[in-house]
This record gives sequence, structure tokens and C-alpha cells, in this order.
Amino acid sequence: MRKILKYSFYDLMRSRWSYVYFLFYLLLGIVLLFLNNDLNKAVITLMNVIIVLVPLIGTIFGVMYYYNSKEFTELLLAQPVKRSSIFLGQYFGVALSLSLSLILGLGGPFVFYGIFNSSAIWDFSLLLVTGTLLTLIFTALAFVIALFNENKIKGFGYAILLWLFMAVIYDGLFLMSLMYFEDYPLDKFSLVATMLNPVDLSRVLILLKLDISALLGYTGAVFQNFFGTSFGLILSLGMLGLWVLVPVLIINRKAKRKDF
Amino acid sequence: MCRLLFYIVLFILPPLVSWANTITVCEGCKVSSIKEAVKVASAYDTIVVQKGVYREYNIGIDKPLTLLGENQPTIDGMDKGEIITIESDHVTVDGFTIINVGTSYTTDYAAIRVVKSTDFLIQQNTLERLFFGIYLEKSNGGKVLHNTIKGDAVNEYNSGNGIQLWYCKDVEVANNSVRNVRDGIYLEFSDNIHIHNNKSIDNLRYGLHFMFSNNDSYTKNLFENNGAGVAVMFSKHIEMKNNVFRKNWGTAAFGLLLKEINDAEIIGNVFEENTVGINIEGSNRIDYRHNDFINNGWAMKVRGACYTNTFQFNNFLYNSFDVSYNSKLNDNLFDQNFWSNYTGYDLNRNGIGDVPYRPVKLFSYIVNRTPETIILLRSLFIDIIDFSEKVSPVFTPDNLMDEHPRMKRIDHDSYR
Repeated sequence: MRKILKYSFYDLMRSRWSYVYFLFYLLLGIVLLFLNNDLNKAVITLMNVIIVLVPLIGTIFGVMYYYNSKEFTELLLAQPVKRSSIFLGQYFGVALSLSLSLILGLGGPFVFYGIFNSSAIWDFSLLLVTGTLLTLIFTALAFVIALFNENKIKGFGYAILLWLFMAVIYDGLFLMSLMYFEDYPLDKFSLVATMLNPVDLSRVLILLKLDISALLGYTGAVFQNFFGTSFGLILSLGMLGLWVLVPVLIINRKAKRKDF
Repeated sequence: MCRLLFYIVLFILPPLVSWANTITVCEGCKVSSIKEAVKVASAYDTIVVQKGVYREYNIGIDKPLTLLGENQPTIDGMDKGEIITIESDHVTVDGFTIINVGTSYTTDYAAIRVVKSTDFLIQQNTLERLFFGIYLEKSNGGKVLHNTIKGDAVNEYNSGNGIQLWYCKDVEVANNSVRNVRDGIYLEFSDNIHIHNNKSIDNLRYGLHFMFSNNDSYTKNLFENNGAGVAVMFSKHIEMKNNVFRKNWGTAAFGLLLKEINDAEIIGNVFEENTVGINIEGSNRIDYRHNDFINNGWAMKVRGACYTNTFQFNNFLYNSFDVSYNSKLNDNLFDQNFWSNYTGYDLNRNGIGDVPYRPVKLFSYIVNRTPETIILLRSLFIDIIDFSEKVSPVFTPDNLMDEHPRMKRIDHDSYR
């Protein structure tokens, strides 16, 4: 598995797309910092970007890589290599190279700007951790979609739809259901609904750092307990971890049984 | 001539000599308790209390005296009741540590109470384990300076206020530090009170609380981590300048709570990291200028019945919500503020944005209606609906906008 991971990783590191991705984040970081001149504000803007763009790029890249390297995968399948290590190796290769682009691309400008001497260092590192986890989650989901769909177009379609659903539609449905059932106690429901979407989950994780004063304005013991203590942070991070684990297990399972 | 001098010596000097009389109190002295010293002293004497612990309570001061503590002597009330009660003009209490005031559900026991007196001076005292700290009752023209009050309040119903003024006039309250009591400083029916350079921290209810008090001012104070920073209720002509309101967090926590306030001035204050910076209800003709609102949940919550208020030259920086309104009516003026959330442009480069800024977002309206939706803050979907509301306002007051939003953060020093 490590050999395949290494191969995929170097393959991607040599490819144009990783550089484009890396340069995009580098540019974004530099532009944000020089336009704003304020680390705290840059972190907030960055949060919006990360929550929307990282899942999108993770999904598309994952699907693309799977379909592009299909022939190579088939070649590998003919060799005496364990199936799970082929697919998991490829998955981790993609996910790690994407995460590396993100961390280096964004970290570079911020380190030069002096993030280590700033109070925003914790917010920023939380941002990078969340970004990495989102990359891991959405690349895994993309691999799951690709494994289940032989048809390239269909696979791409589902992948885009998944992103659109998680990033936008889910929140719309969420908001509507909250407003429709406003007469009922909703704090448990809203927390559970947040847990079920990794995009929302990472948004809340960052909110805990940035907007805690607003979040504490709501009168509800469950919210208070969640937002007011480190319990919220730990639970959110745990759930994000679970969100990585489950799709990876599905990849593993599907890869074992799939007919090529 | 010689005769005249004789009369002068005979009649004028004796009172002057007795003015300078000093009575020393210490454990081994002839006078070993403060109560006794007050008893033997005549008007305008000075009582010097040396270092030690004096277990006394109900010390009534009924003549003009100066009580000086040398090296902070301690008066221990043993939780029995009130400790010092001043019922005379021209009394000074300086340099004591007063502890263990009795708690009662029927009487407001205080560490130092001033009743119907003028020209009192209470300074450099440390009050600990108290019920009420300094209680001024129908007293005028005194000063409360440099006192440190540290309570251990847990519940509102069985705790008292740090400094309380009831029917007082022309009092100066300055450089005090009040911690962990119910209300740090409380004013009821008190006019012309000047409160400045105080610190009011970790109090259960309010850092500073006005009720039915007019023509007062508070400047350069710090209010941190109180139930609510300052509550100003049913009062007129209050001047609030250059104060700092920080970290008043919680479900009903405000930096500043205004209720039925008219003709006030709120200038040069800093509101930082409060759940709600200012909560405004039924307040008219208030002038808000040169304030900074930084990292608050809501910079300003406008509840209703607020007319002809002006908000000019303020900085709104990184608040989750800038302004929240619960009605569609607006009679207040927002002009020339800096909004960090402003996304417009300035083509003619005059420092003022060419597109008006709408500080009330649709999402703040939704959160007012269904508070649980706060969990969707900063979601992409919310940004989209906020944007569509911005283009054509339906739920938010359509005339509520800053026509001349500043492009750069306002430097208040250059305007003062």
C-alpha cells in the first residue's frame, strides 16, 4: 500500500494540477493579507473560502484522478497486490497531495506575514486542520462515487451534486425545517443536523473560535453546553474524524467486491 | 492692643486647638476601640487607627470626624450587621480594610453607610466579604475615591451592591475597583453624579446600573465580564464617554443596556467581545459617535420605540451581526460609519463608499424569529439569501442604510 501511495503521490506532485492548486492558495493567501492588512479578517475570509472550495476541489480531483488512472489500476489489479492497498494507496496519495498544497499554499504567506507572533495562530491552525479534514472527507466521498459508477459522466454529475448538496442545499433544507418547526424545541435537532454534514460541522468548528460571543446569545442549555465548553470542539473534531473513517471503510469494502 | 490679643487667645484659639486634636487607637493604647474613640472625640477631631484587627460593628459617627487608618487596620464586623454608619457632615474615612458585613434579607447592611450628610470623603478603603459596600443615602456633595471592593456574591437574591447611591446629588465616584458583587455601582434617584476611572469586573448583574437618575456622567471606566456591563434605565441626560465594555458574555448579557433613555450622549466608547454591544429599547434622541464595536455577537440590537437617534463616525469591526432590528420601521440615522463588512467601492476616491451599506441582514431577522438558526451563521446559503435581500429588501427596513459608509477605519483621535 505504501508503494502505491508513494507512486500516486509523486505522480500527482509532478502533475500540473497540484501546482495550480498550490499556486491558487498561495495567491489567495497573499492577496488576502495585502488587501486586508489584518490577520483576523483574513482568517474569516479564508474560512468562507475553505469551507466552499476545499470540498469542491477535493470531490472533482478525486473523481478525476480515479477515472484517469483507471487503466493503471486495472494493470495493478493483474499483479499479486492486495485490492484494498491499491485503492487506499491511490486515495491517500490524492488526499495527501491536496492537503499538502493547501497547507503549504496558505501557510506560506501567513508564516511570512508573522502568524506565529499573532493571536490568530490558533484560529489559523484550526482552519488548516479543518481544511485538511475536509480534503480527506471529500476525496474519500469522491472515490466512493467513482467506485460505484463506471460511467464517467454520471460519476462527475453525482460528485458535483454531492458538493452542491453539502455546501448549499443542505443548509437551505436545514433552515426551512428550523423555521417550519419553530414552535418545538430545536436545539438538539439542530446540533444533530449539523453533525450530519461535514461542511456544516467544520463551519461550526470555526464559528466556535470566531463568533463565540454571538453563539452564546442563544438561550438553551444544550447549546450552552456545546458552545460554552471544549466539549463542542472535541465532539466536532471527533465527528469529522468519523466522516473520514466511514467513506474509507466503504472504499475498502467496495474495492474488495467490485468486478472489473 | 494687649487686651485684644488676650481675648484672641482666650476665645479663638481654644477651638483651633481642639480642631487639631488627635486620638490614637491601638490595641495597647488608652483608647482601644474605634467606637470608644468616636465617643470621646469632639467635633472635627482626627482619629488615627493603628494597624491591627478591630472586632466591631455598628460604629455610629454622629459628629464631623476624620478617621484615618494607619497601615490599613482591619475592622471585622463578624457578620453581625452594619459596620460604619455616618450621620454627620464632613466625615472622612480613609485607609481601612473592612471585612465580614452581616447578610440580612430585611435590612441592607453596608460596610460604610452615609445617611443624610454632606461633604463626606471615603477613600482608599478595602472592603471584603461584604453584603453592601458603600451605601450613600440622601447625601450630597461627597467623594468616594480609590476604594477596592471585592465581594463573594453567588446569587442575586442574597448579595448586595458594591457602591450604592440612593437619592444623592453631586457625588464623585472615581478610581474605585469593584469585583464580584451584585451591581458594581448602583444609582437610584441620584442626579449630577460623576463616575470616572472605575473598574467594575465579574459582577453578577450589572457593572453599573442607573435607575431614575438624571444628568449624570460616566467616563473612562472599564466594565468587564459582568452579567451586563452597564444598564441605564428610565434616566435622562446621561453622558457616557470613553468607557470600555468587554467580554460581557451570556444569554442575556449586554455591553450596554438602554431602556427608556432620552437625550443621552454615547461617545468614544469601545465595545469588545460582548454578546450584544448595545441593546436599545424605547430610547430617543441619543447621539452615538466615535464608538468602536469590535468582535461582538451583535454590535447593536434595536428592539423598538427608538426614534431620532443618530449613529455617526462609529467603527463596526468584525461583528457577527452589525445591527439587528425587530421591526420594519426606522427613524434613526446611520451616517459616515465604517463597516468592516462593507463590500462597496469608491470610484471618486473621496474616502466614502459610492454604494450605501445596509447594516441589517435578513439573517438577523431570521435569528430574531427562530433563535436556533444561529447555528447556520456564515453558511454559504445564508450569504446567498442575505445577498438577495440586500438587492431588494423585503423583510428589513428599506430606508435603513448608511448612505456614506467610510472606506477606511475612522481614527477617532483626529476628530476629538
